[in-house]
Amino acid sequence: MKNSYLEISHVGIEFPTDDKPFRALQAVDISIDKGEFISLIGHSGCGKSTVLNIVAGLYEATEGGVILEGKEVDKPGPDRAVVFQNHALLPWLTVYQNVELAVKRVFKKTKSKAEMHDWIEHNLSLVHMDHALHKLPGEISGGMKQRVGIARCLAMQPKVLLMDEPFGALDALTRAHLQDSLMEIQTNLGNTVIMITHDVDEAVLLSDRIVMMTNGPAATVGEILEVKLARPRDRLALAEDAEFIHYRQQVLRFLYEKQKNPAAEKEAKTEAELPTKATLDSDTTAKSEAA
Amino acid sequence: MTEIAAIFRNEQGKSLFTPSQLILLLRHLGKALALPLAGIVIFLMLWQGVANSIITSLGQFPGPVQVWEQSKSLVAEHQRERQKEVAFYQRQEDRNAKKLAKDPNADVKIRPYTGKATFFDQILTSLYTVSFGFLVASIIAIPLGIACGLSEKVYQSINPIIQTFKPVSPLAWLPLVTMLVSALYVSDDPMFEKSFLTSAFTVTLCCLWPTVINTTVGVTSIDRDLINVSRVLQLPSLVHVRTIVIPSAIPMIFTGLRLSLATGWMVLIAAEMLAQNPGLGKFIWDEFQNGSSESLGRIMVAVLAIGLIGFSLDRLMLAVQRRITWDKQAILR
Repeated sequence: MKNSYLEISHVGIEFPTDDKPFRALQAVDISIDKGEFISLIGHSGCGKSTVLNIVAGLYEATEGGVILEGKEVDKPGPDRAVVFQNHALLPWLTVYQNVELAVKRVFKKTKSKAEMHDWIEHNLSLVHMDHALHKLPGEISGGMKQRVGIARCLAMQPKVLLMDEPFGALDALTRAHLQDSLMEIQTNLGNTVIMITHDVDEAVLLSDRIVMMTNGPAATVGEILEVKLARPRDRLALAEDAEFIHYRQQVLRFLYEKQKNPAAEKEAKTEAELPTKATLDSDTTAKSEAA
Repeated sequence: MTEIAAIFRNEQGKSLFTPSQLILLLRHLGKALALPLAGIVIFLMLWQGVANSIITSLGQFPGPVQVWEQSKSLVAEHQRERQKEVAFYQRQEDRNAKKLAKDPNADVKIRPYTGKATFFDQILTSLYTVSFGFLVASIIAIPLGIACGLSEKVYQSINPIIQTFKPVSPLAWLPLVTMLVSALYVSDDPMFEKSFLTSAFTVTLCCLWPTVINTTVGVTSIDRDLINVSRVLQLPSLVHVRTIVIPSAIPMIFTGLRLSLATGWMVLIAAEMLAQNPGLGKFIWDEFQNGSSESLGRIMVAVLAIGLIGFSLDRLMLAVQRRITWDKQAILR
């Protein structure tokens, strides 16, 4: 096995339920190089978020494990920053203070006060939010909140940036803006990114590789598609680009042909079950909190 | 109309409102005041009507008019008592000055005034007692609630105890608290009266539970994402509590505090009546024992005062919550 930067190795996870354990993931293997942008795509409920949470250390894998720079991941940490779908900013802190909280944790020993201040402002200007430093999250729009959420993670200079459907809750125009911002930042910083999405265009536009996941339960990696489009990528030019359309079709084909039947059946069945699964998930986090 | 307009003038004498704005404002005030006022007027009329037809062994049941008369007489009594006190100290000072003039080494005695506690003295005593008891309870209950909310283990181990003591009327504790205070609080120069401590700790006992329970609920219902943020940042426990747990739980903590203060105030009056400890409860009991034709009216004044003070205490807590909470837009009621 080659030594890659981030190795997700044979990861499986079971959640305890009242009757028999629910197996969410089975033998997930992904290896990621430094500076690579990976998308995880799949139908809802296929365990994409679970993979991300395991990499983040928020969930513990039942078998297998995650190795980052030769070290096993066993708990959450600032070297694996997470951009949450619903921004997860602390509503009682200003934009600046939200980023400050993270910066203080990571650079307390290595940066002076003035350096931290500049660093916070620098990261907020990267996401074009330097005009609203002292606003509360409740006073800015959803897109802006997500920008701040991204700035908070960038400011931590993580080894891996984990994004859990970062633009899922935004309208199409705002989403496009943020995708462009993210690409611009990525060109300059070259972070290692794992992003979860269910937007095919977004996956092709942003990623170096797209990891397509099969449907759960016991979801695993179905196919991996390498996107060899030249960077910088321009969404308007790509819209008619044959190569882009080809990649797009491959993802669509995987999602709607190869994984179609279980998805359609599941959709109808699990609509009712989904809430119980959600509470189940939060229960397990609550337990690991307590322990 | 002109007087009202004058209120809204600033220092330069310039009107803060144009006439049309003023009319709008008055209309707004009218709407806000009209219904409550109507309610109060109807209530007073019903009260007077019913009171007129009830004759008790202590005379007629007091209506609003008698209650108003009694409240005036209570104010007058208070003022008379204050004058007596001033006169007492004046006499004492004069006497001491004379003594010292005769013999500079004379042994001068300064005695405190020991007059009868008036209605307003009793109100102050009760307020002081409830604040003390409530404060002690909050200092215990908020951290305990946070601990219960954070740790399932702590919650599991404390919950049965909380659930057992919660439904106990604090008055049932009163004899025990009285004996405990007498037994344990032995000091030659006591900072507090024993009766004060008994009342205050009885209040504490009933103020604990609503705060503990609501704080626990507030802490357990923190947004999962925020907890995950804290875990990713590896925030130390104290920082986690300060920056994430407490701000999230503030609304529920205050719900608990307000419930606690309201029950504390109710229980205090009962405890004072039962234990004959100084305060509004004792005032009512004394009046009842006194049994003059004015007693019922005076008790009614006390009842209204208790209600209005309870209401003000709740508003006060609400104002504190408004100051502390981060969410200035939140509608608090």
